[in-house]
Amino acid sequence: MSTLDDHAKEMIEGAAHETAASQSTEGTIQKQDKGAGGTIILFFILGMFASLIIGWVIFPKLLYSKKKQPIDFNHAFHVTQVDNGCESCHFFRADGTFSGVPKLDQCIECHEEIQGIDPNEIKFVEDYVSKGREVPWLIYSKQPDCVFFSHAAHIKSANMECVTCHGHIGESKSLKVYEQNRITGYSRDIWGESIAGFKKNTWDRMKMDDCAECHQKESAKIEKRGIKTPTNRLIDDIVHVVSPWALSTVKGSSVQTERDACFVCHK
Amino acid sequence: MKIGRRGFLSFVIGGAAGTALSPLPWKLMDDTSIWTQMWPWTPVPEDGEASYVNSVCTLCPGRCGITVRKIEDRAVKIEGMRGNPVNNGGICLLGLSGLQLLYGPTRIKSPLKRTGKRGQGKWDRISWKEAVSMVVEKLGDLRSKGRAHTVGMISGSDRGTVPHLFERFLTAYGSPNFFRMPSVRDSYELTLHIMQGVQALPGFDFKNADFILSFGSGIIDGWGSPVRMMRNFSAWRNTGAKVIQIEPRLSNTAAKSNKWIPINPGTEGALAMGLAHVIIKESLYDNGFIADYANGFDEWKRLVIDKYDPDSVAAITGIDAGTIVALARSFANASNPLAICGRGDGTTPVGLSDCMAVHALNALAGSINNKGGIFAVSDLDYIHWPEIEMDAKAAVGMQHERLDGAGSRKYPNSRYLPNRLPEAILSETPYPLESLFIAGVNPLYTLMDTRPIEKAFEKIPFVVSFSSYMDETAQRADLILPNHIYLERYEDVPRPIGMLQPLISLAKPVVEPQLDTKHAGDVIIQMAKGLGGSLANSFPWESYYSCLKETLGEKWEIMVEKGFWSGSESMTKNLETSFDTVSGKFEFINPDSGSAVQYKPVAVEGDRKSYPLILIPYDSIRLAPNSFVGDPPFAIKTVDDSVLKHNDVFVEINPKTARVAGLREGELVLLSTPIGAGKVRIHLFEGIIPGIVALPRGLGHTGSDDYLDGKGINVNALIGPVQDPDSGMDAAWGIRAKISKV
Repeated sequence: MSTLDDHAKEMIEGAAHETAASQSTEGTIQKQDKGAGGTIILFFILGMFASLIIGWVIFPKLLYSKKKQPIDFNHAFHVTQVDNGCESCHFFRADGTFSGVPKLDQCIECHEEIQGIDPNEIKFVEDYVSKGREVPWLIYSKQPDCVFFSHAAHIKSANMECVTCHGHIGESKSLKVYEQNRITGYSRDIWGESIAGFKKNTWDRMKMDDCAECHQKESAKIEKRGIKTPTNRLIDDIVHVVSPWALSTVKGSSVQTERDACFVCHK
Repeated sequence: MKIGRRGFLSFVIGGAAGTALSPLPWKLMDDTSIWTQMWPWTPVPEDGEASYVNSVCTLCPGRCGITVRKIEDRAVKIEGMRGNPVNNGGICLLGLSGLQLLYGPTRIKSPLKRTGKRGQGKWDRISWKEAVSMVVEKLGDLRSKGRAHTVGMISGSDRGTVPHLFERFLTAYGSPNFFRMPSVRDSYELTLHIMQGVQALPGFDFKNADFILSFGSGIIDGWGSPVRMMRNFSAWRNTGAKVIQIEPRLSNTAAKSNKWIPINPGTEGALAMGLAHVIIKESLYDNGFIADYANGFDEWKRLVIDKYDPDSVAAITGIDAGTIVALARSFANASNPLAICGRGDGTTPVGLSDCMAVHALNALAGSINNKGGIFAVSDLDYIHWPEIEMDAKAAVGMQHERLDGAGSRKYPNSRYLPNRLPEAILSETPYPLESLFIAGVNPLYTLMDTRPIEKAFEKIPFVVSFSSYMDETAQRADLILPNHIYLERYEDVPRPIGMLQPLISLAKPVVEPQLDTKHAGDVIIQMAKGLGGSLANSFPWESYYSCLKETLGEKWEIMVEKGFWSGSESMTKNLETSFDTVSGKFEFINPDSGSAVQYKPVAVEGDRKSYPLILIPYDSIRLAPNSFVGDPPFAIKTVDDSVLKHNDVFVEINPKTARVAGLREGELVLLSTPIGAGKVRIHLFEGIIPGIVALPRGLGHTGSDDYLDGKGINVNALIGPVQDPDSGMDAAWGIRAKISKV
């Protein structure tokens, strides 16, 4: 902006010399200039303020539509009723794959008939169990199609807690509103509540950067211990893609061309 | 305050700066990139619980056990079943592609009634109730007029409960006209019947054979049970067994065998006789077997010594006499030699005399019902149903002779001769065919010379197809009652032809029926119930499922769990009781004709002058040659571009022949035979005898999908049938042909 103003001034000054115009003319121009400068700054600030409001406040509101879960499920209550914590319902199948959100078959084990007086349970039994319909749960942690994530590797091999990625949903008494991204169709929980992408807890976001963040830490630990396994290489690869500057050792070849580099998670 | 140009610009610039400082562009960029990955046409694999269903593949006569991997309700992969006696984990290309036949767009979605002219492709969707009542009305009408015998049925098989239900229906209805599509099994059945007096299937002890003399059998090109044969072939590499391949063309089998002996097409029988000559002359035969268990050997010996010396045979077959002598010696001197016949994938019969000549070689080598040899195997007898209730109309109808002449005085031993049907239908002798039911076969594509068959179809007033696909035959039907495909239905599937071990596999619904189709077994039961009376009484079952479950009895549980029931191999057969001929011995003399086993040339159509070349068909495992389905998209994509390029099929021709005719590689030419003509491209191939040209089977389909339709030409439409005088079977092995430039 300042460049523009200076340029205008120069032109005006030049004109004054050549024509040797009266003081009054110059004064008028200077006055106008001062007033115009203020307006310009004002408009600049206005424009900036408006777009900041749009970007930070209105855009996130427009981007997400709010959806209610079909049944308001009480995790906290159910955890007290089962023996095996989260894994009672969100279990590993015999072949090692993760079952995710329970299917009606599992719910029916207890809820073949109405157990209590909770309106949500009555709705569940009447609308779904007795009609044999699956509940169309909205899944907060659903990743894009063809993203492959092995729960077994993280929970069984690396002994991670559910909470690390999923937060304290197991202690919630009701399900929060599902905010669906209108463009991608995924939950707001993937990008995170903060539109700026800030996070306080590990479970606040579930983007690839967040995978990398943890893997970077783990890989640093392993590096310290001096162990090199194929898994470490993979971790290096991921970190290398996300933040190429983070790794101390620079590899000879590009990670993108490394065998299976991307395809471990992106099938 | 006035908003001037400068003010506006600064507002915009301020806006841009503010936007850049907000998350909007970065978030939008991220979301847009995710959005591009989620377009609805992007294929996404199912997610969910994996499960496996054991079943059996019935796309070809191979009968491999399959294990289908499912994610939730969707079948996602067909694998060979481990531990299955047929294929033990192996699977072929067609079997792998089965899911495209399940989920592909080419299936018939509901019962259809023809509205336009035959073959015009105009159909009305009708309900199953309407469809079945239409059939019942038509059949009831014919029966009441005393014309029950004019109803026929063509099936792919005559083994297992579904074909038995078809046959039972026809019998109770009053028609002898049940037909099975031809294959080399007909030749073998007849040979075993004439030479050993048994009604049995051939069973080969490939595991113990150490010298396999193959008269054109495409052991790894789809012959018999393809996956099983490939395994056998590999096993022979380890055991050191030798494979000698005799055929005019360097097939995959020939290329991988220990020795390929090119032979003039159609002269395999002569070679067998020539080999017998050397074996007998040099006394290399199994003396014990010939002395104790054979009848008519001396008479046959005189004939063989007299007529089939190596030089005469060399003149017929084009194989030099020295090779014949050496081959005969190594065959006879092997410890467990085995001679087999059936050209290509074995879905076409060979002349009876050829098959008998090959079988006689096995007798000379002592390989009949012996380790490493050929066994007469009786099919498992597990279908025990209450007696058919025959009313007067049924009894009268069954008195009529069969339309195809099988079992008549002319062809007393033949069981089914559907190749003779077109002639019988067109000439209306002995009577016209008024209705035809077709199940699991595509005769308008697979029978040779398709034009008279099409004409014959025009003459049949009421044609009903059970096809799940709009194949060439279904296109010309009046009514289509689409069957569930093999991945949607229950069915018992007896062991493949050639296998020794007793086995019944169970096809099980891997997924729910995807469309408005119905099990052909259920339709037959409903038809019988609709017709009422003795027919209804002969079909006491509520549904096909209950019929099957009841039939299999205690085997049911194990079959549902494992996918098959198997018994132990019973190979130790007593030769004393093996032969049920009049003499009680192995016959070298056909008791019906009184003539000894000999070579009878099968002369193919066309004169040498106008048609200087000979066209032979060949089979490739990548082309589902004579299956009732055409190649699914996965399979057709594997076909080499020296076989099929874009829409043109290549005819294989020896460079020498091509040079004389001035033909270049890839040139588009017109291949004509006395029967028909088609445009093909030239492929120069050293692996074919000069003067012979070869076309693959399995192309030139119509009514399939964009991947197969209009690709190449149907070689069956170029070859005319040649009736074997002894059996009535179609023994054509090729036809005279010419190539002209276009």
